[in-house]
Amino acid sequence: MALRTCCRYAVMISHSRRDPFNLMPPAIDVRQARKRYGQLQALDGVDLRIEQGEFVGLLGPNGAGKTTLINLLAGLALPDDGQLSILGHNVVKQYRASRRVLGVVPQELAFDPFFTVRETLRLQSGFFGLRRNDAWINEVMRHLDLTGKADTNMRRLSGGMKRRVLVAQALVHKPPVIVLDEPTAGVDVELRQSLWRFIQQLNREGHTILLTTHYLEEAEALCTRIAMLKHGRIVALDSTQNLLSNLAGCRVRLKLAGCLPVALLPHVVEQTNSDYLLALPTYQALESVLAELRMAGVAVQEMTLQQSDLEEVFLRLVGRTVQ
Amino acid sequence: MLSFYSLLYKEVFRVWKVGFQTVLAPVLTALLYLLIFSHVLAQHVEVYPGVHYTAFLIPGLMMMAMLQNAFANSSSSLIQSKITGNIVFVLLAPIAYWEFFAAYVLASMLRGLVVGIGVYLAALWFAQPPLQFPIWIIVFAVLGSAMLGSLGVVAGMWAEKFDQLAGFQNFIIMPLTFLSGVFYSIHSLPPFWQELSRFNPFFYVIDGFRYGFFGVSDISPWVSLMVTSGCMLGLTLLSLALLKSGYKLRY
Repeated sequence: MALRTCCRYAVMISHSRRDPFNLMPPAIDVRQARKRYGQLQALDGVDLRIEQGEFVGLLGPNGAGKTTLINLLAGLALPDDGQLSILGHNVVKQYRASRRVLGVVPQELAFDPFFTVRETLRLQSGFFGLRRNDAWINEVMRHLDLTGKADTNMRRLSGGMKRRVLVAQALVHKPPVIVLDEPTAGVDVELRQSLWRFIQQLNREGHTILLTTHYLEEAEALCTRIAMLKHGRIVALDSTQNLLSNLAGCRVRLKLAGCLPVALLPHVVEQTNSDYLLALPTYQALESVLAELRMAGVAVQEMTLQQSDLEEVFLRLVGRTVQ
Repeated sequence: MLSFYSLLYKEVFRVWKVGFQTVLAPVLTALLYLLIFSHVLAQHVEVYPGVHYTAFLIPGLMMMAMLQNAFANSSSSLIQSKITGNIVFVLLAPIAYWEFFAAYVLASMLRGLVVGIGVYLAALWFAQPPLQFPIWIIVFAVLGSAMLGSLGVVAGMWAEKFDQLAGFQNFIIMPLTFLSGVFYSIHSLPPFWQELSRFNPFFYVIDGFRYGFFGVSDISPWVSLMVTSGCMLGLTLLSLALLKSGYKLRY
């Protein structure tokens, strides 16, 4: 709760700097969104506010509700309860306006086997009411290394190439808000790098990005804020830096002259002879570890501190122990 | 409106890309019916006085091809898109539900009408039916194709697997088409089947369409027009209501 409050405060500050009169609608505003599929409560009162120009990661284990939330934002599913809006447009009542400003890269690899890459992108432009969009289509294809495949039928493309077309389709109308649902699943390093360069460029130009990914290092490197979902609820929402410093804690590798005191055993992550790797909730906990060692008369021969990563935060929040 | 035009263009473009299967194949099928039935029955049957059986068959076969292809167009396009997942590109776009409906139905009508014209032109080798009232021909061709295009939208939304759609086609569309008077006048049927035929909406479409060619029909073309328009309106309202609710499209 404190985390959320802190985060909201931080966002309000950054928001007020950009928009002192609070006139800009949030890029994404989700209030008490609920969605049930049979017995499964896929979303259970989700609140999420993303300001314009942010790059936010939406993380969570499989089945946490990430894709359901994206589907509600995109209008692919209808909420049972709650309000969702994109740039101030309600996704149900003003669905045409909200879809016009939203670009979604779906998780499933779908394509229309009747058309070439260029035809697919021209048709998608037309669906968004754009005529003569070839200049931008060419630019998107160039950024995604699709130019050489422009006149190839979709059926003849490899999986990675089809994934690039999916991304291109989401961007044909230059949407101010872009949602990427695991866009790099199963694609090579080259595409990942070119895709992230392009997405970062779009973010710098003012596009808001919401990203779901299972590659946590990607989220850590790209996102300025992280929302974590578990069982259809937001369990953490904060800047990436705050999450890392508040929740990740640290790891300390110790080479001891004797045995580790029993009181410290719960912190052990790894042990080889007299080498121990301990996971600590905060840096302050290091002091009590050293005090415990002193009291037990165990000398420290070597000590190395390691900063924990987003994976550790993720595992801690989703309720699994770090192995 | 550009969204609507683009969706319509996509649907027509799709048909055009596989024109061999979507236009030429049904024309060939209709010609085979014409060849076989006219060969076997032409000497034995005269449905209307002075109208050769081969000529009588042509409007029925035209309409049968139009109805079946209009249905196949919207229903198969939707089920393919749903199963392969590419329906998502249409659902993500700012396309109103009535634009979605209009694009699918209009594309179905176009395919139905092109196939109907194809059957007519090819059948001219065998017989030349008169064109007594072209306006009735056009009205029933348009209404019939639109009606089955709408029914195709409903079936395409309802079906979750190809075999469900095949069931719809084989157990509803085919029997209704074959028992609608394509190959005969209902006056040649026993009273029970004559009465039953009056509950078949396809009968009115074919009978009214045939009236446009020969100026004679089993019942008044105005009655056929009312029934066909009523069915068309009902199916349009049903399709629109389902699309608006997101039935089996937006979960």
